[in-house]
Amino acid sequence: MSELSKVAAAPRSVSSKKRRFYGSWIATALALLALPYIFSSGGSLTTLSLIGTSIIFSLSYNILLGQTGMLSFGHAVYYGLGGFATIHGMNLIAGSKLPVPLPLVPLIGGLTGLFFAAIFGWVPTRRSRTAFAMISLGLGELVASSSLILRSFFGGEAGISANRTKLLPVFDWNFGPQIQIYYLVAFWTFLAVVAMYALTRTPFGRMCNAVRDNPERVQFVGYDPHVIRFLAFCFAGFFAGIAGALTAINFEIANAAYLGAMQSSVVLMAAYIGGVRFFIGPIIGAIFVTYLLLALSDVTAVWQLYFGLFFIAVVMFTPGGITGLLMKHRPLVRAGTLFTVLRAYLVALVPTLTMIAGLILAIEIVAQHMLNAGEDPHTKAFGVHFNAASPLIWLLAAALVIGGFVVAHRTWRWVEKAWDEALIAAREKGFYT
Amino acid sequence: MTSSAIELRGVLKSFGNTSVIRYVNLTVVKCERHALIGPNGAGKTTLFNLISGYTKPTAGRILLKDEIVSGLRPYQINRRGLSRSFQVSNVFPNMSVWENIRCALLWATGHRYAFWKNIDNLTEVHERTAQILQDINLVSRRDVPAGLLAYAEQRTLEIGITIAGGADVILLDEPTAGMSRAETERAVALIRRLTEGRTLLIIEHDMSVVFGLADRISVLVYGQIIASGTPEEVRGNPKVKEAYLGEEAA
Repeated sequence: MSELSKVAAAPRSVSSKKRRFYGSWIATALALLALPYIFSSGGSLTTLSLIGTSIIFSLSYNILLGQTGMLSFGHAVYYGLGGFATIHGMNLIAGSKLPVPLPLVPLIGGLTGLFFAAIFGWVPTRRSRTAFAMISLGLGELVASSSLILRSFFGGEAGISANRTKLLPVFDWNFGPQIQIYYLVAFWTFLAVVAMYALTRTPFGRMCNAVRDNPERVQFVGYDPHVIRFLAFCFAGFFAGIAGALTAINFEIANAAYLGAMQSSVVLMAAYIGGVRFFIGPIIGAIFVTYLLLALSDVTAVWQLYFGLFFIAVVMFTPGGITGLLMKHRPLVRAGTLFTVLRAYLVALVPTLTMIAGLILAIEIVAQHMLNAGEDPHTKAFGVHFNAASPLIWLLAAALVIGGFVVAHRTWRWVEKAWDEALIAAREKGFYT
Repeated sequence: MTSSAIELRGVLKSFGNTSVIRYVNLTVVKCERHALIGPNGAGKTTLFNLISGYTKPTAGRILLKDEIVSGLRPYQINRRGLSRSFQVSNVFPNMSVWENIRCALLWATGHRYAFWKNIDNLTEVHERTAQILQDINLVSRRDVPAGLLAYAEQRTLEIGITIAGGADVILLDEPTAGMSRAETERAVALIRRLTEGRTLLIIEHDMSVVFGLADRISVLVYGQIIASGTPEEVRGNPKVKEAYLGEEAA
């Protein structure tokens, strides 16, 4: 029996683990409260609100992709419908003077997302992988084009708008100022993150992972994978709806762009870049991508190209995303074999960055000639001035790319070797994760 | 009269014009260990697929504990107390050994699609998972992702997943295939222990395993059962000698 209790006991002491667990949640809540004191300008409060909704949306997407293994190309449908329903709801509440305060309004979006996920979800979740992906794409297009046709509900190209300050005030908050909206978004983000995390720790959440890993075998341990996929789809729709509602409240408008293919692909990329294999991945992805898109568009005209290239690079070189890349090092850290890998990284970093700098320069030169043909060739990208017509700058770009690649290529092999050795050493010590 | 755990009545399975299983009648008695042997391509795995609901028979009936189950889905049959393993390891590769076993017994412990319970607080699930992990001797590999296990360990986990739900009818498809002599002996001891008091139907190529483990043996050749009986009866059966055992001896 003593042997058995040893097996049953968690590897680390339970109470200290629990303390750390709740401690990190409390720290997160405090950080959310404190953020506006650090970034207090109106612009950064808007950015923070956008990041908050993006976190909820990306996490809801990951219930599908990372947790249950369903690749959806139409997740914005539930986000967008949640947003539209919220605007209609706000107008209705304000018009009929219903005693509903704004903080409860995101539930309208959530329930709308849930409702439509339940309706649209039953058929596509019968299948996984390609069939599911194709049906989700079709549904997404269907709803997006309906939104332009059904003008009375969706308001056509212009969309529909509402005034969030016309609702029942909460104490002396009427939710006009951005800071109040920030706290509303932060509150819901915290709630939604806790709820979605809790969901992964339930029997249902674990069976979602099982369906992702091996839907065939799931049937032979008593579960219907279709039901699991369907329930996951409903949960994802609910939280996407909440995210859409918060966006609608933030902008006081909902339009066709909310539920289009662009929105669906941004959430896919955010979740993927962050890393779908870990709960925290989409959170990191949402923060990173929201910030990147805002920042990139400030420094370069061809920011979409960079974003696309970056996404391709993530897919090719680190399919686990940012989190996956970091977590890969965990066994090495635990086994103490990380040092040689880090040294190899540092050596590889210099030529790799050189190559990337050359690539960026080349892209900017071409962009300057394509976008501003015939104008002054003196331009500025990423804060650096250069003359796009000068042959020297062409030569410099070529030299950086080719020289960087030749050197970097060798250092990458070295990184690979150092990595393999360190991983084998870690596994020999029994550290697999 | 002993009651049957599995009964096949005139089961036919055709793919197009080819009949893979041809009007098979087979009875597996409750609590016996029954081996299914036969040359490659005889249809043994197809028979398992039919019994477990993975594919549907073209004609005939399949009964599990005297209830008709042909036409039911695999999970419905599993809920009625039948569990099977696969010839090729069919585990949850990205989940730890612990998670693999735990997922295999969630339905049987009544938690179903529960999304309101914290899985780590389910004492019974926790204890049963720990017990099975100890039974299959994978305690030291508890946190290793199943996809990273050594081959024999994966085969053992496969058996663990199969028995975890507590099904009383167990189907094992070549559990020892590809194992070394020592690993095979350990696996057979494990199977013997874990199927105590349950019904076992096992596909096996290793004759020492078959004759050491089985109470009764059925021989499947070209989709037909040509003999069924105790190991002695089957060993003495001239048809079997000709079709199968003789072939191997020659």
